[in-house]
Amino acid sequence: MFSVFIQPRHPVLKKRDDFEDVLEERRRSSDLRYALRCYTPTLYKGLVPCKASMLKSIVLQSDHLQYVIKQVSSESGDSAECVAEEASLILDEMAHRLQLSTIRFFAFTLSKAFKRLFRSVCVNEEGIQRLQQAVQEHPVVLLPSHRSYMDFLMMSYLLYMCDLPLPVIAAGMDFMSMKFVGEMLRMSGAFFIRRSFGGDKLYWAVFSEYVKTMLRNGYAPVEFFLEGTRSRTCKSLTPKMGLLNIVMEPFFKGELFDVNLVPVSISYERILEESLYARELLGVPKPKESTSGLLKARRVLSEDYGSMHVYFGHPVSLRSLAEGKINRSQYNLLPRYIPQKPRVDTHEFLNDAAFRLVRIQEENMVLKPWVLIATLLLQNPDGLELSFLTEQTDWLRHLALAFGAFLDWPNHEACSEVVSCSLALHRHLLSVSAGHVQLNVTDAPQDETTPEEAVFHRAVVVLSCASYRNQILHVFLRPALLAVAMQSANSNRKDDVYNCFNFLRNMFSNEFILCPGDSVQDFEEACYLLMKRGVLQVLEHEIVMSASGHSTLAFLCSVLDPFLQGYQVVCRCLCEETNENLTEKEFIPAVRSFALKLILAGRLKCCEALSSDLQKNALAALLRLKAVRKVKVGDQVTLKVNKIAVNSLEDTLGGKIPTLKPILARL
Amino acid sequence: MASNSSSTAQQRLRIIAGHLQKRPEDEHPSVAAQECKAETSRSNPSSATPVPKRRQEIMKWNGWGYSDSRFLFNKKGQAEFTGKRYRLSGLILPSLKDWFEGTFGANLQHKSPATPTVNLSAVAPPDLNEPFVEDLKAAGVAMSHDPEDRVFRAHGHCLHEIFALREGRIGRVPDMVVWPSCHKDVEKIVELACKHNVCLIPYGGGTSVSSALECPREETRSIVSLDTSQMNRILWIDEKNLTAHVEAGIIGQDLERQLNERGYCTGHEPDSMEFSSLGGWVATRASGMKKNIYGNIEELVVHIKMVTPRGVIEKSCLGPRMSTGPDIHHFILGSEGTLGVVTEVTLKIRPIPEYQKYGSVVFPNFQQGVACLREVARQRCAPASIRLMDNEQFQFGHALKPQVSSIFTSFLDGLKKFYITKFKGFDPHHLCVATLLFEGDRGKVLQHEKQVYDIAAKFGIHYKKHLCVCVQDLGMDYYVIGESFETSVPWDRVLDLCRNVKERIVRECKERGVQFPPLSTCRVTQTYDAGACVYFYFAFNYRGLSDPVHVYEQVEHAAREEILANGGSLSHHHGVGKLRKEWMKESVSGVGLGMLKSVKEYVDPQNVFGNRNLL
Repeated sequence: MFSVFIQPRHPVLKKRDDFEDVLEERRRSSDLRYALRCYTPTLYKGLVPCKASMLKSIVLQSDHLQYVIKQVSSESGDSAECVAEEASLILDEMAHRLQLSTIRFFAFTLSKAFKRLFRSVCVNEEGIQRLQQAVQEHPVVLLPSHRSYMDFLMMSYLLYMCDLPLPVIAAGMDFMSMKFVGEMLRMSGAFFIRRSFGGDKLYWAVFSEYVKTMLRNGYAPVEFFLEGTRSRTCKSLTPKMGLLNIVMEPFFKGELFDVNLVPVSISYERILEESLYARELLGVPKPKESTSGLLKARRVLSEDYGSMHVYFGHPVSLRSLAEGKINRSQYNLLPRYIPQKPRVDTHEFLNDAAFRLVRIQEENMVLKPWVLIATLLLQNPDGLELSFLTEQTDWLRHLALAFGAFLDWPNHEACSEVVSCSLALHRHLLSVSAGHVQLNVTDAPQDETTPEEAVFHRAVVVLSCASYRNQILHVFLRPALLAVAMQSANSNRKDDVYNCFNFLRNMFSNEFILCPGDSVQDFEEACYLLMKRGVLQVLEHEIVMSASGHSTLAFLCSVLDPFLQGYQVVCRCLCEETNENLTEKEFIPAVRSFALKLILAGRLKCCEALSSDLQKNALAALLRLKAVRKVKVGDQVTLKVNKIAVNSLEDTLGGKIPTLKPILARL
Repeated sequence: MASNSSSTAQQRLRIIAGHLQKRPEDEHPSVAAQECKAETSRSNPSSATPVPKRRQEIMKWNGWGYSDSRFLFNKKGQAEFTGKRYRLSGLILPSLKDWFEGTFGANLQHKSPATPTVNLSAVAPPDLNEPFVEDLKAAGVAMSHDPEDRVFRAHGHCLHEIFALREGRIGRVPDMVVWPSCHKDVEKIVELACKHNVCLIPYGGGTSVSSALECPREETRSIVSLDTSQMNRILWIDEKNLTAHVEAGIIGQDLERQLNERGYCTGHEPDSMEFSSLGGWVATRASGMKKNIYGNIEELVVHIKMVTPRGVIEKSCLGPRMSTGPDIHHFILGSEGTLGVVTEVTLKIRPIPEYQKYGSVVFPNFQQGVACLREVARQRCAPASIRLMDNEQFQFGHALKPQVSSIFTSFLDGLKKFYITKFKGFDPHHLCVATLLFEGDRGKVLQHEKQVYDIAAKFGIHYKKHLCVCVQDLGMDYYVIGESFETSVPWDRVLDLCRNVKERIVRECKERGVQFPPLSTCRVTQTYDAGACVYFYFAFNYRGLSDPVHVYEQVEHAAREEILANGGSLSHHHGVGKLRKEWMKESVSGVGLGMLKSVKEYVDPQNVFGNRNLL
């Protein structure tokens, strides 16, 4: 296998565009005039002019929807008119009502808001130019990363600013319940989809036809979030395939020559929802979106959120992506309006494409110096001397750059200057005294707080901080997996190390973005990066650590440490669980209280084990590895745990026993 | 053999002019034909051989058509169509130059003239199978191994073939040419070929656009080109059953002319009918412009006689339809010379229609045009011919308009243009045109016309105007090369297929370093109940490319892949030849291909008919 040389990716050599601050102009000239300026967007050359109101009738009259209406009517026994009426109602509930006047309103108010919130909003000019080109040639799908509510407001704001066509945005139904705001969003191009409509054929048909019609007619760029929802951890989420399949189908079926997929990476120096997310991860339920909630959020306006970066990636031609992977003639033998489930190869392609697009998002995500500092602070819970922190940050900076990180490091500024600036912006997470920097974990405990509350309080700070470290994980992930694999393989043989690497990669593939089937490539990439850094020597059958490599490997191992510990806690919890009928719903509270007990007993230091995101991902991995099964009992889903398997996974993760051979893909 | 785009102009003009043009008078006296030993007497006294054995004396050896009819740019830079054969002949076409330069970025200063005569020294000496030649001589069959004769039969009309000839590059050519004069001769030749193991390649009109005539490189035996051109007689006409029995070497226009003299026609008019032969039509499943009335070749034939290495295959009667297992005609139709030589065909004939009428409809865009054709097909009222060309072709048609003869016609043209673009609001950059031909008795034609124009009125406007297309040779003189290819596709995919294939062509050209955007256009040429036949025309300026033909082939390959991916067929009537062989399995399934292979194995185990087409 290793004899087949796979071209390692060279992330370091990737050239990135320069940024320009779009707020600069806004600070100099009138926002009102800006909001009322002449807006003449670049248009798609194949545009079929069509009003929002006409869209509805096109969708309802479409062969596809008519076919499904008849099908549903004959299955349910309802009259076709009745089903058609239902379809019309679904569409009313869903449809956007994009209006320029609303956009102008937002252009005005958001200009004001952004100027107060952010020091700068930086956009890559060349990305905009590429998008301008792409928009003319083929229908465009915008795929921004999703870290904050701000994301889609910012997207529309920027597109309006750059004279690009305003997108229609797939949004979750929960927004719609916000009075007034829901309608405002609708008028700025959002359309609303239910969170779950698994078996509802009619809903799916209306929804997919609506999106496809807009795409086919070149009505507007379609924007949605591959990750499906906001990432509470700032790690990219495993992409969802549903909408991606919908926007790709018109190409597969020959209805469009091509579709331009444009990944957009939006990164924040400080996330507005920072502590909100941490609380949510710890089980404080998410407040329902409401207008009053939003108004309360007004206090956020008075804080400093640093700068924000939006990077428009290179448009990815769906046609080139599918070249040689999708045989479009598979659609030749069935009328195209009859819905078809994607075939296995199509599904694989979708999955692969989705992962690749998310990886592009990750790679183009701008990282601030604070991300490096947060990583170091998390690894040193007892704090560091400021001078040592500065030194370490500088070291880490060079490591990150060598691994291809997109780091926004101020030019011509001393490292100590940069570090103290970052510390100032995030001071609410820190305590700095007498040159000693520490996470704010030992905040003066008040008398009435219980030990549990103290732990949760500490966890909020740790998880907030982790959300910054998580932003750079994709840079270190592969080398870190290799570092841990080398440690636990207890062997220099390449095969053994690869086995371990593959086990870990497999274990964590719900936690991180790891393209399925890329394990050899990932391994090669990790070897390449560490070799280039002088940490390893990769021989034909052996991998040997260099004398100077120890500190780098130790750092990389501790990057993954919270996850290794967290997964072990989940495994332990499931093994020690006495309730035979643990339901899926009870899982998270059970793990949480288990972890809490361990922390209180002093047997666990790592607060990240309390994160529900980690717990969910661990469960998904165990389900995938078939160590846990879901069994439906009545309307409850219970988890059947294969304790032997879970126990051995835990031991393998802890490095207690060598990697289990049978679980692995063979070399 | 099959119809070819670049002949469209000649063909169209000939028909449009209502058969006004004169017969070519400069016919070469045919080389003394052998006395035929078949018992049939010469039934038609006027059957002068229109194609001499030495074809090169009246045909262009490195392009399409007659050597005296061609486009050229005169000293003033105006385009001119030379010769006397066609209505456009001798006329100046003032707008062609601008169109040519504007579309291709070609400049008349940059010429890439062809090698004026064939470079005979480049032709390899013939590899003759002496015993075969001896036996053939004894049988008294006409033959030649003259290099010119051989080169002429080594190619069809694929772009790469013509281009190689223009550049003086000559590959493997047949080692000799034989001219059977009747069915019996063919039997003799095939028998001897089997006996001495030589490779036979049947040659009819030489209009193949699928590399079907190319000599396989890997062929080690002596290659004999079997030219059917001397088998060109109508053997009998049966007026009771309206059938005619014809030798397969007859050229389309001669067949039609001779039948016309008797008051009949076949109505089979492929675009290539000036040069293509009856046998070629059968061997490639040809399609005629007026198939809506007369049918395609498979509906026209009543009986086929073919000589194979196993013997003669034919049906025992002239019944109009049979249920005797799979129709053996369908092994022959489309066999592309891999199984044997078609020698005689019984065809349906019809009385010459009393009345013909031409017309056009202008549509605001291609979508409306296709919708109109679809509606016409749905109501099953398609006229004899209905063809829709896209905007790019419409503009080309404009460029071909001859210099107007009076101020009045110019004024009228302007008025029409004003009416269409201003009054009706049609955008000249989107509008497209359908040309129609009605045929039959007068009353019915007028009634039919009304029905069709009533439908058309919902999509566009009726407009009188004629258009034509032909520039392959002219283009080649000025660094422009191009060709056409066709497909058939279900109605609901016509628009998507046209758009995607055209765009694919543009994109592929760009990726391969073609400096100017190519001409990439299409037309819908036939309508069926369930779909349509679509033609693509593609040409580009190849200045700055080191291997333009290779680029052309890559682009055409990509375009074909695009067609297949969009639900189009591998070919509607050009056939597969060697050019499209690689897609056969995908097109007819492995089992289907296996069936065809087993037929070949039984009929021709020695691979005497070794042109390696199709399979």
